Amino acid sequence: MTPESIPRFAPGHRLREDAARGRWVVMGPERMFVPDETALEILRLVDGARSLAGIAGALAARFAAPEAEIAADVAALLEELRTKGVIQA
Amino acid sequence: MRPEPPLALLAELTHRCPLRCPYCSNPTQLTGAGEELDTATWARVFAEAAALGCLQVHLSGGEPMARRDLPALVRAAQGAGLYTNLITSGVLLDAPRLAELCAAGLDHVQLSVQDAAAAGGDRIGGYAGGHARKLTAAAVIRAAGLPLTLNAVVHRQNLDNLEQLIDLALDLGAGRLEVAHVQYYGWALANRAALLPSRAQLEAATAVVAAARRAHAGRLVIDYVVPDYHAARPKACMGGWGQRFLAVSPAGRILPCHAAESIPGLDYPRVQQTSLHAAWYASPAFARFRGTDWMPSPCRGCERAEIDWGGCRCQAQALLGDAAATDPACDRSPRHGLLADALAEAASAGQDFAYRQFSESNIRSDRIV
Repeated sequence: MTPESIPRFAPGHRLREDAARGRWVVMGPERMFVPDETALEILRLVDGARSLAGIAGALAARFAAPEAEIAADVAALLEELRTKGVIQA
Repeated sequence: MRPEPPLALLAELTHRCPLRCPYCSNPTQLTGAGEELDTATWARVFAEAAALGCLQVHLSGGEPMARRDLPALVRAAQGAGLYTNLITSGVLLDAPRLAELCAAGLDHVQLSVQDAAAAGGDRIGGYAGGHARKLTAAAVIRAAGLPLTLNAVVHRQNLDNLEQLIDLALDLGAGRLEVAHVQYYGWALANRAALLPSRAQLEAATAVVAAARRAHAGRLVIDYVVPDYHAARPKACMGGWGQRFLAVSPAGRILPCHAAESIPGLDYPRVQQTSLHAAWYASPAFARFRGTDWMPSPCRGCERAEIDWGGCRCQAQALLGDAAATDPACDRSPRHGLLADALAEAASAGQDFAYRQFSESNIRSDRIV
């Protein structure tokens, strides 16, 4: 993936609220991931339109943090989820 | 202590099925079509499951495609917010019917195969032409863009074909392969001597899985669990009784697992009379084997008590006649030798099956009186 790559959820995967347990989860085919707070903020911005750079920029603006650091976190998370088949780009 | 809410509902929509697999996981006493829950009742059950905390519903059977109202059921489950997983043999699945299910919001399909090629698959499933229909179904599922899991039920008579089963999963475009060893209850227990694999077969298969996981990383996920009869530790059946899952039978019984009706003396609530919420939190049947208080020695005080949860209650019932005993799959069970005896018996047994069937004697009446 590059900063210009546009990530989206792979078929059969989606982020949804798990209200009974007070959390958000990524549902997939007979599996489930529970993102931590940072991962959740990133995954909320995966909409099939924003690029990796766009996601990092939005988070940097919102949390007033260095964009380069956030870009590295975004790339690491989405690459990990891509190897698990949760994300496509 | 109040239990956690369940994560998933197994909806056994029907016991009807064109196949006759000799290891079918349905009970040996089958429910006829006339006693199946209707569309509106299932829709209510799905809403109750979602409200209770379930995130996913497995639409199963029997063959769920035998229900003509399946698109309406998918729509109801999807509308309730559940992730919808269809567990099918594929023999009744064609492009028009799948299109209806996709339009209704189906998320994923798990397609079973009985062997890697038609001759074995059709013999084991007891249905001529079935294997070819499954291959067509897989192509239709992939063409629709749905994610596909291939479920290969394995045993002595097909385990040596595991490499070909993995190739089949890749050829069909499955993202996931579940190598599911037969679980020996009900129909499968009656066919155990013809199905149990040998230790040598199992070790070869385990090596095949390890190599394939490396070779196909990022393309195919392979789920594989060592079967009870060759394991030292029992499986944590259903993640513990009444702790993570619940099932509803075709006639509406609310169960901690789909085989739980094999245990006598437990009065399972029915969806016609009891909400899933009340069944989960207040029924004696769900409380009976939940947690660790019910455990006998050697489970009681065992450091694995909350890992294995005592193993499988249905297996203890089937093999020992006592659902409250330690699962004999555990090598700390005083009756663990029964499993070695079964393996020895299977080593010299033939290959013939007693196929699953509906007959006068095994269709039960479960009407509310």
